[in-house]
Amino acid sequence: MELLQYGVMHVSNWLMLASEAASGTSEGGPSQNTLFLFIFLLASFVGMDVIRKVSPLLHTPLMSLTNAISAISIVGAIMVCGSEHYREKGTLGMWLGGIALFAAMTNIVSGFMITDRMLKMFKKREAVKP
Amino acid sequence: MTFVIYFVYLAAAALFVLSLKWMNTPTTARRGVIAGVVAMTASIIGTLLLPDVKHYMPILIAMAAGTVVGVPLSMVALTAVPQRTALSHAFGAMAAAAVGAAKFFLLTSEQLTPFITTAIVFEVLLGGLTLTGSVMAALKLMELWIPTRPVMYANQKIVNFGVIGTAVALSIALIFMNNNGPLASVMFIAILVLSLVWGVLLILPIGGADMPTVISILNSFAGLSAVAMGFVLQNPLLIVAGALDGSSGLILSIIMCRAMNRSFTNVLFGAFGQVQTAAAAGEQKTYRSATPEEAASILDSAGSVVVVPGYGMAVAQAQHKVRELYDSLTKRGVDVKFAIHPVAGRMPGHMNVLLAEADIPYDKLIEMEEINPELPQTDVALIIGANDVTNPAARTDKTSPIYGMPIIDVDKARNVMVVKRSMNPGFAGIDNELYYLPRTMMLFGDAKGFVGDIVKELAHAGH
Repeated sequence: MELLQYGVMHVSNWLMLASEAASGTSEGGPSQNTLFLFIFLLASFVGMDVIRKVSPLLHTPLMSLTNAISAISIVGAIMVCGSEHYREKGTLGMWLGGIALFAAMTNIVSGFMITDRMLKMFKKREAVKP
Repeated sequence: MTFVIYFVYLAAAALFVLSLKWMNTPTTARRGVIAGVVAMTASIIGTLLLPDVKHYMPILIAMAAGTVVGVPLSMVALTAVPQRTALSHAFGAMAAAAVGAAKFFLLTSEQLTPFITTAIVFEVLLGGLTLTGSVMAALKLMELWIPTRPVMYANQKIVNFGVIGTAVALSIALIFMNNNGPLASVMFIAILVLSLVWGVLLILPIGGADMPTVISILNSFAGLSAVAMGFVLQNPLLIVAGALDGSSGLILSIIMCRAMNRSFTNVLFGAFGQVQTAAAAGEQKTYRSATPEEAASILDSAGSVVVVPGYGMAVAQAQHKVRELYDSLTKRGVDVKFAIHPVAGRMPGHMNVLLAEADIPYDKLIEMEEINPELPQTDVALIIGANDVTNPAARTDKTSPIYGMPIIDVDKARNVMVVKRSMNPGFAGIDNELYYLPRTMMLFGDAKGFVGDIVKELAHAGH
């Protein structure tokens, strides 16, 4: 019985927190999380529209380019790896952030470089031969 | 200062969208790369200037290590681009999973709201399964350690759904607990491990020919894990860039699935190409084989030739010999074009990159829908290392596993030549009736060697 009571309390507590996060602040405006969901939705639509117009010729470089772009997660990795606040709690953030930073940096360097390398090869007219 | 950095992020988001927009034609595409590099550099510098970022040493070491690994990864041979791409999805996913884990353990219980916990769980689930799934895909593409053909075992689906079901159930429980005490930490690690295991299980039963779709799906997952990271860090730039990557992967997977007339679930769980049909068990069908000399004389007198490249051309590294053939025929006034099927090769656009590398002008690379109406007026269709994408059974035979898949209508050309190692059926194990048509010539041999021989014969034939 006590467990059930605890469960009900916990779930209602959670629902309150969840609705707070998803719907409104005290002023009744949209919360930051809701705004982020809107950004995600709109960016996805923009992305799909832009990608649909990419020539199938370039689908391979497109994939390496989007890969490099999604390595913007390096921003998060830097924030975790170099954080003063997290360092006070130990080196876990430095290590995990460092791993993430390494992985993201690999994608940035190799992604942009190989995309450019591939794109250089696409020529409309034949190269002038000596 | 933070205010300024957010404006840098805003400009970076705009540049990323422009970067992809400029990819729509080869003439502006390189501008897209520059825009991407500028946006990325600005975002990194901006982030380094955030007030909480104070420990630069580990950042610099990690960035240097990433550069050391990244530079050689950008210089691989173009035939190895599919596995490089798969590996880069793994790196992206690893970054997401690592940041997700760090956030889970370092945030206070008050900060772990249901919303943030949900985002962390998404980040780790997607990151984990994409990490191992991409490594598996890369291994399959490199033909290392695991078979390229689908791996099946008893109760596979039950095991697969059991693993992912447990991970999802634990995730939901974790979201309700919204803390990171000892029990929650154990559950979190279990979720991470299960998602890593699931990535392996998911790719095992998928065959090599489905890799264009699988790579696209993994691309989408890697992007979505970056989006989840954006929600965790409350950073809109990550959400925008991740969404661009996610939608790119989604669009490409849809194009790939359509080009094979299959659904996502069929690709992921269908174990296509697993059954090797006993091709032509009883009846012995007849086919005609020809020498390089015979092939050269027909090509020499042709007015128009359509080359259909496939994965076999990539494996044999025959693209440069194909280029020589293109030169030789073009010099003789033959109109040569290339017909590109969307799923030819091992990743979207694979054939275009290989042919561009061999200096073939890209306006000669024609998409399937555009080339098909021209094929009935084409003198020779020359198929190099492609199989299922030319199989007329996809149009005519309702019992065929590939029925309904759009194909390049090579069987409508006046002459058909097929460069192939042997009469063995292709990846999907489906016999190709094209090979038994009276106007089809089989050119048995290695793609590179045989095309080279044709080029030699053409040179001997003189003017």
